[in-house]
Amino acid sequence: MDEKKTAWECLQIVHTKGRPTVRDYIPMIFENFYEMHGDRLFGDDSAIIGGIGKLDGVPVTVIAQVKGRDINENKNCNFSMPHPEGYRKALRLARQAEKFHRPVVCFIDTPGAFCGISAEERGQGEAIAKNIAEFMTLRTPVISVVLGEGGSGGALALGVCDELAVLENALYTVVSPRAFASILWKDPSREQEACNIMQITADDMLRLGIAETVIKEPIGGAHNDLDKISENIREYLSPKIREKLQKDIDELLRERYNKFRRIGEFTE
Amino acid sequence: MVGGVGGRVPHKAKPPQYTPNTKQQRTVRFLLEDFFDIVKKRFNGNSDEDTKETVKCPRCQTNILLERYQELHKVCPNCNYHGRLTFQERLEITVDKDSFTELDSSMISRDPIGFPEYPEKQAQLRESTGLKDAIVTGTALVKNIPVVIGIMDSRYMMASMGSVVGEKIARAFEYATENNLPVILFTASGGARMQEGIVSLMQMAKTAGAVKLHSDSGGLYITVLTDPTTGGVTASFASLGDIIIAEPKVLVGFAGRRVIESTIRQRLPDDFQLAEFMQEHGFVDMITDRKKMKTVLAHLLEMHGYSPKEA
Repeated sequence: MDEKKTAWECLQIVHTKGRPTVRDYIPMIFENFYEMHGDRLFGDDSAIIGGIGKLDGVPVTVIAQVKGRDINENKNCNFSMPHPEGYRKALRLARQAEKFHRPVVCFIDTPGAFCGISAEERGQGEAIAKNIAEFMTLRTPVISVVLGEGGSGGALALGVCDELAVLENALYTVVSPRAFASILWKDPSREQEACNIMQITADDMLRLGIAETVIKEPIGGAHNDLDKISENIREYLSPKIREKLQKDIDELLRERYNKFRRIGEFTE
Repeated sequence: MVGGVGGRVPHKAKPPQYTPNTKQQRTVRFLLEDFFDIVKKRFNGNSDEDTKETVKCPRCQTNILLERYQELHKVCPNCNYHGRLTFQERLEITVDKDSFTELDSSMISRDPIGFPEYPEKQAQLRESTGLKDAIVTGTALVKNIPVVIGIMDSRYMMASMGSVVGEKIARAFEYATENNLPVILFTASGGARMQEGIVSLMQMAKTAGAVKLHSDSGGLYITVLTDPTTGGVTASFASLGDIIIAEPKVLVGFAGRRVIESTIRQRLPDDFQLAEFMQEHGFVDMITDRKKMKTVLAHLLEMHGYSPKEA
């Protein structure tokens, strides 16, 4: 087992070249995966992929943010920063899953939703808001897994779920540490300091009640053993999906609502 | 500066200095002095107004006398930009007199990620604004129609959303659901509150979830977008109204202007992310002047079956 790492050390691991992406995981975890394209409204966003496949014999819908493994892949998937049509594709596939009583598995791996003119023109805020609200009452089990970076509202749009798991070195943040330093201190170079102050590691997520599970990574990080990390993810997902499928759906939705309802610290 | 003092002395002593000798020359001199005084006054603005405070419209850069700006409920007389109101100012022009009852009035935020100086900063703001956090919620009457209302106030940490904003909004919607009441929210926000880290991000889910349950129960939710509505608030409850109204010329968007400009490395047009831009792109139902807002809200409520309370 690795020693406890700082958030900054985790960030370096997450940014290691060769860290597996969802394109590596899908064939290792699911059988007969078929990708489905497009939001039926505007286009097909390459930063979010979706489709159906089988998880230990159970058909599931998979929705995932895609990082590139090299610069060309990254250009193709817009560095995993989705446009509104990506979120709308995700919602379309989630609705399809609901119709056919198929559980949904979301993989989160994004520095954040894309910030640009086109994204604003097509309603980035509305697209994320809609997903968050609709996933809250989606009448089928939803499990989300943070693979690397879970950045901001762009991550949460795939993060409204019955249970959240975070890979051991993955981070979940209100904004990227760099943006955090820039917003609060007007100094993006204080990224490392921000990173360690923000409480963004997998353990922090457990403690703050945001995640239920931390999925162990191989020593040194997921890139060191794709077989092992894929197996760990599958071993988490498979029984979890079966467990959630057993539940009464109204009970499941109540628990989902309460999971988020509880988060917040105040006095009165 | 070395030459500072020395530079002035020779100027004063500079020969030949004009000294009026005759009566006529003295008169000319006084006339000239008067003339220059008038020019100077005109140039600097009327001396009477010199003492009065002005505000600069952030949209058209016009200087407006503060008194006039207040009279107009902070609307620019030149370009119709609708400026930021405090909670009290908004309440006064929106709900019937003495009809407001606050909900959760004593809720204050804790410090979920132990952010340096966050509690001190909050204590200071509570003191200076009289607010407990960036939103006030409650029940009220709008032209005698009962509503649940929430008003965000940008003086409090740019009305960013942390635990208290999230919790109060969620409770306001739950209260409205239980009591079959419509909800009107006046939104304004810089987005998620950084000082509460990931906990503030989760308030997006909490609020959007509560809005969804209210919506599923058949309740009406009217969002009024005010200056500025951005970030995580745009990406949650502010975009989920059954009807979305915006005030003229207010800023509405997801990503910050500077962030986008640094991504695309060019300057954005002035009207980018204004209410009018959002309407043009299909994300705002209507743009409504402040002076008509109360009437419009009452009409919309009434057309959704919410009737005035029996007297």
